[in-house]
Amino acid sequence: MPERFWRGEAGRGLALVAPPALYALVLLAVPLAAVLAFSFWSQDGLVIDRTPTIANYREAVTEPLYRQLMLRSVGIAAAVTAATVLLAYPIAYFVSFVVRPERKALWIFLITIPFWTSYLIRVFLWKVILGYNGVLNTTLQGLGVIDAPLTFILYNANAVVITLAHAYAPFAILPVFVALEKIDRSLIEAARDLGETRLTTFLRVTLPLSVPGVVAAVLIVFIPTIGDYVTPRLVGGPGGLMIANMIQTQFLKLSNAPMGAALSVLAMLTVGAVALVFVGLMRRWLKVRQ
Amino acid sequence: MRGGWLAVYAVLYLAFLYAPIVLLPLFAFNDSTIIAFPLTGFTTRWFSELPQTPALIASVRTSLVIAVTTAILSTVLGICAARAGARYRFPGKRPILGFIMLPLVLPEIIVAVSLLVVILGLGLSLSSWTVILGHTLICTPFSIAILNSAFANLDASLEEAAVDLGESRWSSFRLVTLPLVMPGIISSLLIAFTISLDEFIIAFFLTGSDPTLPVYLWGQLRFPQKIPVVMALGTILVALSVLLLTVAEFFRRRGVARAGGRDTGGFL
Repeated sequence: MPERFWRGEAGRGLALVAPPALYALVLLAVPLAAVLAFSFWSQDGLVIDRTPTIANYREAVTEPLYRQLMLRSVGIAAAVTAATVLLAYPIAYFVSFVVRPERKALWIFLITIPFWTSYLIRVFLWKVILGYNGVLNTTLQGLGVIDAPLTFILYNANAVVITLAHAYAPFAILPVFVALEKIDRSLIEAARDLGETRLTTFLRVTLPLSVPGVVAAVLIVFIPTIGDYVTPRLVGGPGGLMIANMIQTQFLKLSNAPMGAALSVLAMLTVGAVALVFVGLMRRWLKVRQ
Repeated sequence: MRGGWLAVYAVLYLAFLYAPIVLLPLFAFNDSTIIAFPLTGFTTRWFSELPQTPALIASVRTSLVIAVTTAILSTVLGICAARAGARYRFPGKRPILGFIMLPLVLPEIIVAVSLLVVILGLGLSLSSWTVILGHTLICTPFSIAILNSAFANLDASLEEAAVDLGESRWSSFRLVTLPLVMPGIISSLLIAFTISLDEFIIAFFLTGSDPTLPVYLWGQLRFPQKIPVVMALGTILVALSVLLLTVAEFFRRRGVARAGGRDTGGFL
């Protein structure tokens, strides 16, 4: 490479970006490739057999337990995403359109604070809130709203959805808020001047313009929740376990790294496929509307 | 109050967000080993038990060392990427920067198992360093996101003026750019520190014989009699992170003001 290149803009830029890029290459690309390789191997006791095989994938697809865990993970992640984004949208709208400009930063700060506190302890506290003798049940019984404790809210998929909807709230609020902030307010005034009601203005102007934020929120919530380990383990009970729990079991308990690797690859493919389909559908929908 | 029903909803939503955190101090000061209502009495017993648990103190020390190292490493890497992104055009810029941000959209369990496979495959032993490697990987994108706004708000002509006036490139960066982005650097350090301190799943997979604080807590949650002490510890941690975040927010705002930008709020 000529010396001139490294003194030019492109060279300086590449030299500067090299350390983080190499770091990600060595600690992300190489490990992901290794997982991919492992998923085609097999393990007998502590010995790894490197003859390529698709037996792990065949087992992952045919074994009902794995299939059930994968489907449940997708189902729970979808439910969490829907609940989180639907609950978050009005808050983002409130902060963007109702709160006075100088107080917006304070509201965003208030919304983000709870999420920088220990995740483990927060999940545990949801167990305390939702439990048989938990805060919610004792409060509702004390108020006379219910006679017997509610049992459908702990150690099942519902508990996982509630806890994760709480854990990922700011990740849904912030992108929607940013998208709403970008909307030119004169467009809304124009719609009102042209005779639209508040509701139709929202449906025909504000909502479509905020779609990019909603798409970002959906992806930001969906992707990590599908691989969540702590919440299903603490509040999910046997019926709320997800694929990450099985991946952990394969790697650390059953010493079957190749099977764990195959499940990891399948989980990544599922996440990628769902994300691509979703983004594709949204693009198409936006195009039709335009 | 403005906003009518929306305002009511916003307050209820905040109550939902803060519900678990409000309970924490209640049970930390409650004189009972059972974590349930009604509360039985006030005690500071759980707090005084904290310093008498050597394993806990050791895990706090491990976590602090890991979090400080991670914060420094990911901020340095973040500065490189954010400055390259803001200042230079180079071939493959978008894919390279996108690739560095990838850990942000990967489930953490995938990052954890893939690193574990490689580390064990290379015959390395697990230690605090392996946790630091993993944490730096996931913290760097957050550092970049914060530093991007610091570098993007920067007026490039300031640095050019310094170069024209005879400073070298490095000294103009050190004397002009660095002080201007310093608030961004501080908030990046604090955010990376906080993420690393709280991260569980990567630490769970990659930790050696010295557990980090979340890994230690995870073990404790199985023993009901240990939980009030965990609540006391949690209360202290919440107080500390609120303090840290307030400081981070203060510096971020000052940075935005100093660079002459408009405050749009929030770290993300």
